[in-house]
Amino acid sequence: MTTYTATVTVRLKRGVLDPEAETTKRALERLGFELDALRSADQFEVDLDAESAEAAADRADEMAERLLANPTIHDYDVEVAEA
Amino acid sequence: MTVAVVTFGGSNCDRDAVRALSHVGVDAERVWHEDGLPSDVDGVVLPGGFSYGDYLRAGAMAAHSPIMNDVRDAAEDGVPVLGVCNGAQIGCESKLTPGAFTTNASARFQCESVHLRVENADTPWTAAYQEGDVIEIPIAHGEGRFEIGEERYDDLVAEDRVLFRYCDADGNIIEKANPNGSRGNVAGILGDRETVAVMMPHPERASLPDLGRSVDGQGVLSAFV
Repeated sequence: MTTYTATVTVRLKRGVLDPEAETTKRALERLGFELDALRSADQFEVDLDAESAEAAADRADEMAERLLANPTIHDYDVEVAEA
Repeated sequence: MTVAVVTFGGSNCDRDAVRALSHVGVDAERVWHEDGLPSDVDGVVLPGGFSYGDYLRAGAMAAHSPIMNDVRDAAEDGVPVLGVCNGAQIGCESKLTPGAFTTNASARFQCESVHLRVENADTPWTAAYQEGDVIEIPIAHGEGRFEIGEERYDDLVAEDRVLFRYCDADGNIIEKANPNGSRGNVAGILGDRETVAVMMPHPERASLPDLGRSVDGQGVLSAFV
């Protein structure tokens, strides 16, 4: 068994309104920054022991599918590295 | 008959639901989620509140509480299940109902009285109304914007599973009357079977005459009679 860190990034699907990101963008503009768009995402770092990087990724993928993301509104990706 | 009002850590409309149900003649009691659902319940209410502090997403944690397996089994047996506000978020997160309720377009918590148009009066939840009726019920939520993919939305409409839409006082479904940016102004929907429903507005807060406000919510609760 090897210890891995799986990084799960959950973001709203393109086209789904993100009111918090819109509000943050406006606040940045008020501070004088120039920007075209801003997207927010949640990131989860999961430490876990697995037989292989692939097995770790599969487990993290299932975590995203069942809880960390809501497939109705979210896309997600999983990256695995040895801890 | 007894309706179980499921209390999660952070539920805060459970007592209101019991009182409102009692007022319309339905025997109801609160059930702590860790105790599981009594086997002989005749109905289930998932009440409003902030279960698990809305961690991750509103309703996401409660949706995976073991009692939701009991609720799903009961729903499959035809037991009526109603999710209100946080209960509606739990309903969608647990896939009892399609779609998701997410952050209001305003990015603010909104607490106000709204008008709803009854879209389908041929369900247990709306049998007390006529199609096209305009009723007044309060909302109180920060994550009530109904989102669903376009195809699934079209299916929902085609299958006549939209119960209520936000409208103005005259029943017009317009953007200005949409308090949270919900797709199609949708405020309440049916699950796979018509005995399962979720809605963001609070019928239990519009049921007791003593409050001196609308009692239009009684019709929804009378589905349990």
